[in-house]
This record gives sequence, C-alpha cells and structure tokens, in this order.
Amino acid sequence: MEDRSKLSISERIEQKTKGSGSSSFMEKLMPAVFLLCAIISILTTLGIVFTLLFETVTFFRGVPFADFFASTEWYPFFSEPQYGIWPLVNGTLLVAGIAMMVAIPFGLGAAIYLSEYASEKVRKTVKPVLEVLAGIPTIVYGFFALTFVTPILRAVIPGLDVFNALSPGIIIGVMIIPMIASLSEDAMSSVPNSIREGAFALGATRMEVTVKVVLPAALSGVIASFVLGISRAIGETMIVSVAGGASPGMGIDPTGAVQTMTAYIVQVVKGDAGFGTPIYYSIYAVGMTLFVFTLAMNLLAHYISRRFREDY
Amino acid sequence: MNTEEKAPLAYNVEQLNLWYADNHALQDISMEIPEKSVTAIIGPSGCGKSTFIKTLNRMTEMNPIVKTNGSIKYRENEIFAKDFSVEYLRTKVGMVFQNPNPFPKSIYENVIYGPKIHGIKDKKTLDEIVEKSLKKAAIWDETKDRLKENAFGLSGGQQQRLCIARCLAIEPDIILMDEPTSALDPISTLKIEELIQELKKDYTIVIVTHNMQQAARISDNTAFFLNGVIVEYDQTDKIFSSPAKKETEDYISGRFG
Amino acid sequence: MKFADTTVSNERYEENTQRLSKRHIWNKAFKGICFGAMAFSILMLIVLLIRILTQGIGFLSWDLIVNFASRNAEDAGMLAALAGTIWLMVVAAPLSFVLGVGTAVYMEEYAPVNRFTKLLQTNISNLAGVPSVVFGLLGLTIFNRLLGLGASVLAGGLTLSLLVLPIIVVASREAINAVPTDVKQASYAMGATKWQTIFRIVIPTSLPGILTGTILALSRAIGETAPILVIGALTYVASTPSDLFSNFTAMPVQIYDWTGRPQEEFQNIAAAGIIIILLMLFFMNSIAVFIRTKFQKRF
Repeated sequence: MEDRSKLSISERIEQKTKGSGSSSFMEKLMPAVFLLCAIISILTTLGIVFTLLFETVTFFRGVPFADFFASTEWYPFFSEPQYGIWPLVNGTLLVAGIAMMVAIPFGLGAAIYLSEYASEKVRKTVKPVLEVLAGIPTIVYGFFALTFVTPILRAVIPGLDVFNALSPGIIIGVMIIPMIASLSEDAMSSVPNSIREGAFALGATRMEVTVKVVLPAALSGVIASFVLGISRAIGETMIVSVAGGASPGMGIDPTGAVQTMTAYIVQVVKGDAGFGTPIYYSIYAVGMTLFVFTLAMNLLAHYISRRFREDY
Repeated sequence: MNTEEKAPLAYNVEQLNLWYADNHALQDISMEIPEKSVTAIIGPSGCGKSTFIKTLNRMTEMNPIVKTNGSIKYRENEIFAKDFSVEYLRTKVGMVFQNPNPFPKSIYENVIYGPKIHGIKDKKTLDEIVEKSLKKAAIWDETKDRLKENAFGLSGGQQQRLCIARCLAIEPDIILMDEPTSALDPISTLKIEELIQELKKDYTIVIVTHNMQQAARISDNTAFFLNGVIVEYDQTDKIFSSPAKKETEDYISGRFG
Repeated sequence: MKFADTTVSNERYEENTQRLSKRHIWNKAFKGICFGAMAFSILMLIVLLIRILTQGIGFLSWDLIVNFASRNAEDAGMLAALAGTIWLMVVAAPLSFVLGVGTAVYMEEYAPVNRFTKLLQTNISNLAGVPSVVFGLLGLTIFNRLLGLGASVLAGGLTLSLLVLPIIVVASREAINAVPTDVKQASYAMGATKWQTIFRIVIPTSLPGILTGTILALSRAIGETAPILVIGALTYVASTPSDLFSNFTAMPVQIYDWTGRPQEEFQNIAAAGIIIILLMLFFMNSIAVFIRTKFQKRF
C-alpha cells in the first residue's frame, strides 16, 4: 500500500492497463453471456417447432393423417371421435374475416386521418389512446363481447345465438384497429412530402392526393399491416373462447356458435383430458395448424413490406 | 524538418497505409512527431487528416472495414504489435473529438470516468483528480459549484473543455484533437486555443484543423495532407511563409479546399 | 391573342368551378369518414371502460381482495389470483429483463453483421407473431412435463418471460441504438474496454428506454390468459403460492372463470376484478410514461 500511494496517477493506471485490458476475464466472459441470451430466443423458436412436431407426430400415430385433412367433422369427445381439422379452420377464418371487416376500414380510416389530416397535437393525443386500446388484456375484451356486445346484437338481430361468431369477430376487429392504424400510419407518414407537394401543386385536393398518391406509394406497408392483422385475429384466443362458443362446424353463418382452433385448445386444457389420450395430443395438431397459419401470414407480411418497399 | 535541435519523439510513423475496404485513404505516410509541441494537420475535407489522427490511438479499428499496414511507434513501442495493449495506448493518448461529447452523467462523473475504469477508487484521490483536471482545462471556476449537475447543462465550449479535462484526468502523454473547435463559437474557440498553448508545456498535442489561421496561431509544426498523402511537413512558420510545394501554397492561399 | 372566345372560357370556368366545388365536397366527406373511423376506435374504448366501471364498481370491496375464490359470489375474492399474478411477475420480470437486454446488447454491440445476426433478427420478429396460446403449448410440454415443474408458478413465469421476450428485445435494441456513437467513442478513447463501455455508458444511457419497454412487456404478461391456462393454471385455488413450485391461479384466469359462469353475480365480480387489473395496468403504464418523460433523450 505504501508503495502504491507514492505512485502517480498515470503510473497506477499504467500498471493496471498494461497487462489486462481486452484480454481480461470479463471481456471474454460477457460476449459469451450475451450470445447465450440471444441463443435462448432461437431455442424458444426451436422449442416451439419441435414440441409441436413431436406431439403432432404422436397424434397421427393414433389418428390417420387422411382423416385430419379429408374429414369435415370434428367431434373429438364422441365415443367414435372424428378429427377433421376443417371445421376449426372454418370457424377461425370466419371470425378472422369478420374481424378484418371491422379492422381494415376503421384502422385504415384512422391511419389516413392521423397521417394526412390531423394536426401534430391531435396525433400526439390520439396515438397513446390507441396504444391503450391495444394494451387491454384480451380477456377483458372477451368479457365485454359476451356481456355487452352480444346482448345488444341480440336485440338487433333476433336469431343471434348467445355464443356466436359475430360478436367476438367484431371485438377482435376493434382490438386490431390500433395495430393496423399504427402500422399503416407509419407507412403513409414515410411517404416524403415532396411527392405530396407535387400533386398539390397540380391542384389536387387532399383526398385526391391521399387516394391517388400517398396510398399507392405506401401500399406495401398498408397491405403488410392487414396481413399482420389477419395473423393476429387467427391467433386470438380468449375473446373467442369466452364469446364464440364450442360448436365446430362448416357453416358460415355468423349468428351461430362456432369454434376456432385457439378456442378448442382452451376447451381441452380446461377440461381434464388425461395426459396421453388422443384428445391431449390433438391440441398439438391443432396448435401446429395454427402455428403454420400465423407463421405463413407473418412471413407474407414480411415479404410484402420487404419486396415492395418503396425507396425514396 | 529542422533536425538540428531534435526533441525526443512522441510518435514515429513509417510507411503507414490505410484502406476503407478498397479505398486507399492513407498512402505511405511517414511522419515524426516531437514531444511537448503542437503538431497541426491541415488539408481539405476528405484528405485523410481525421483518419490519420484516429490511427494514432487505433480508433480506426472500430470500423471493421478498415485495414492498415506500416508502422507507428509510440515512444519506441510499435502500437500495431500483437502484445501491445490498445487500452494502455489509449490511456497514454487522450482524444478530444470534433463535437463535444460528454457522457450523460454529472460533471464530476465525467472527469472520474477514466480514473475509475482504470482502478482508482478512493474518494479522496478522485476528488483531487477532479479539481486538478478541471483547473488544468481552465473550467474549474465555472464548474466547482455544480459538479453534481449533468454535463449537458454546460454550453458547447464548456462541454469541450470538460472533455479536455476528462482526458487530462488519466494523465496522458499525448492529446489528439480532431477539429476540436469546429463546432464552437469564436470566443469558445479562443479559450480552447489559449488552453492548448498552456497544455503544450506538459503534453504533446496533435491537432487536426480545417482552419489555417488556427494552425498558424497555435502549432509548432504543420503537415499538409492531400488525397491521403503528406504533401509537406515542416515548421509552421515555414509552411505558411515559404511553402516548398505548389499545392501547399495553393491551399494556404485559399485557392482550393 | 384572340378575345373572341371569352364566352367559351367563361362557360368552361363555370363548369370548372362546379367541378371544383364537387371535389371539395368529396374531400370534406372523405375527411369526415376518416375522422369517424378514428373516433369510432376511441369511442369503443370509452364505452368499454364506462361499461366495466359501471358494472363492477359497486362490487369492488376489500373482501374481493382478501378472500379466496368461492362458490358464492358474495364471498368470492381473488386473493389467490392476485398472489399468483405477483408470483408470476417475480419470476418473469428479472428473467425476461436479463434475457431481453442481453440479446439486445449482443445484437447491437457484439454481433458482426452476418447470417447468424439476420437469423436472430428474423427469429425475434417471427417469435413476436406467434400466438400466445402456442407459447402455452411450449410451456406445457417443456416446463410442465419435460422439466417436471408441473403447473407451477415457475413454469408459468418461465412461459410468460419467453412470451414477452421479443417486446423487450425490440425496445432495448431501439434504446441501445439511440446511444450516440460519439459518446461510446469517447469511452473507448479513454482506454475503456468494450465491456466497460457497455456496462458504464451504453446500458446506463439506454436504461430509461429499456425500462419503459420492460414495463410495457410485463403489463402485457399480466393480462395474458391463454398461455397460463394451457400450462395448467387452476381456476380454483384456496391458497396463495408458498414457493416457486406451488400450483397457482392468476387474475386473468380468475376473471375468465367468473365470466364463464351463468350467474350474473359472478359477471359483476368479474367486472370488479377487471377494474383491479386495469388499475394495475394503468399504474404500470404511468410509471413507464413517467420514466419516458423524466429521462427524455438529451441528444
């Protein structure tokens, strides 16, 4: 210690840095630790894929592959069970379709207003509000659909069942509005002003500029937001579990009860289908189908926004 | 270069070449930098002067596309040698950047950053270092009552002097300055120039500047870079009064650049 | 110049004016429609909040917080669910924070631009798009069955931390990316090593952004129902978790259970439960907003 105190600052620093530096223990350890963290995210994906694959393969040991894809009946709880995936796919697409009929016009309209018409102040107020809408737990939306929207719809549409595709479809649409609004708005805002000004200079109204210039220029981003919205609607679980019912079928009548792929999974885990039964494995086969659908949508959205990205 | 009264060398650069991918940015640079003097590097933008100063503390290595060869000796030690610690080099060679870049921390924390990462931890020593460094950088009086405040509260010129103080805190041997006043107003510039004059008593200073008057005012030697080559390197007086090369004359008389 | 056809151009002019005013009307209508679309979304939010408030506020009581679930709506409480949710967060928060920030630091500071980095990036963005119920299947197989954790708090917390990982990674990368190169270079130029620069400059500077992202991710995790249902969270538990391996229920699961009951009383306390969970989310979001404004970027 006595020696050290006699040394000047620079000598003390010199002693310390000459030997260690980038060869020190921490410098070697930390990149490895960070890499490990990054690898865990990859392992998660692999975990999902392999989990689904293995259990799905087990499922197909008991249930013929052909039945799953060829049969249009899904009655896993019958004494002679039927495992045709199409009714669940049908229910999923029906609900997602209704959701998109709500989400696309309202989401796009909101995006256009925010990007082309709203003042900076309005934009700054509305965007956080939309974020709140996106942050509400889906179970809350489900509760709202079942206890508020469905009764109102039943008052208007006499034949509507208590559980139906319409009510959760609409509410999923509402839930997705912020996502489409925000992504489309980003795409439209990134269209440079010089392009707009060119059209304004020719005497176009704001609507003409928006529809004929801005939207075409931002089209890839806008379409990508729709595709991501569909993916989200397909994967949505709680709203349909609460308000959509548990009646898988091939009908496209939105007033009747349906069952989506996600709702089926919840129905099974809520009951006590024992580990190892075909019903237990069936949730993985359904999960796999769901995963393939959403993955395809996500990749498609990615592809659209990449492939057709406008470079300004 | 006048060799009669040769001072010990801080740097000896020989046959230095540097590429940004395929762009040969520095070509066969050889240059001796004497200690305790101010060496100015001038030249039009894109001539390689900033790149050159950044090779002196191996900051160019941050860019993965950069390749170098040749030799730079810092006090007889080859800085590109495998067993030569780049951290050691950078504690010996401080750097002041074009834009003031204090850390988003308090003034006090900014100054002790260097000592702290290099293992000096006792409060008393750190306090002494802060006072000494800020005094040397001529900013003590302005900051002594607000050491705990965020450095972003200072003006641009003050921030730059704080950055100099931050450098001085680890008692370097050499200070590299990369256009240190280009982002500052004339008064702040003047203060930094005065400070450089003061600092050269104890430190070797290498300064890149696009301002020829500045080079003429403060430096002892001046190197003129053009297109990655040293056109002329001599005593500052000589460069500005009777340059040997036509390009130098054209440049300092403002015919291009 | 001919002045003979002024009448013609007058007619043209009038015709043009008419067309112009039509176009202006269209423009106004279009603006109105777009405004309506935006207003509809906000209106839905307001209706939802008012509906839940009016339905549930009368059923908010101390009992709701300190009682366990019950077959009678009057006695039913969500103590087990509250405790379960807190336990889940205790597991998920540190884990997802460390993993998320670690991944972000690796991608921003260490990873060379190569195929592996691209793979990482694609992987993160795809992971963000995987439905939460599928994460539940992952948790059920890997954590519940394979690692033998059962339907425990630990299994639930692990599942949730993987679920929100992409959110934290994206937010952290953005925050780290916003640290100016200048400042990092200043650190390196002082002889700091890479790790010193990251630990003392990069992470502290980006911490507000990282924390904001983490809080938002956790508020997502709090509301997640499907994945923890799938890994086997119970709907009826009459005790709070005692350790990481205890069975559990969580607030959204409890609300789901109450929503599904036919009696209206249960739907009312479900609304009251929703008020509590929304208050928690509101509180967390306020902290996030506070951090964001307090430590607004100064660069």
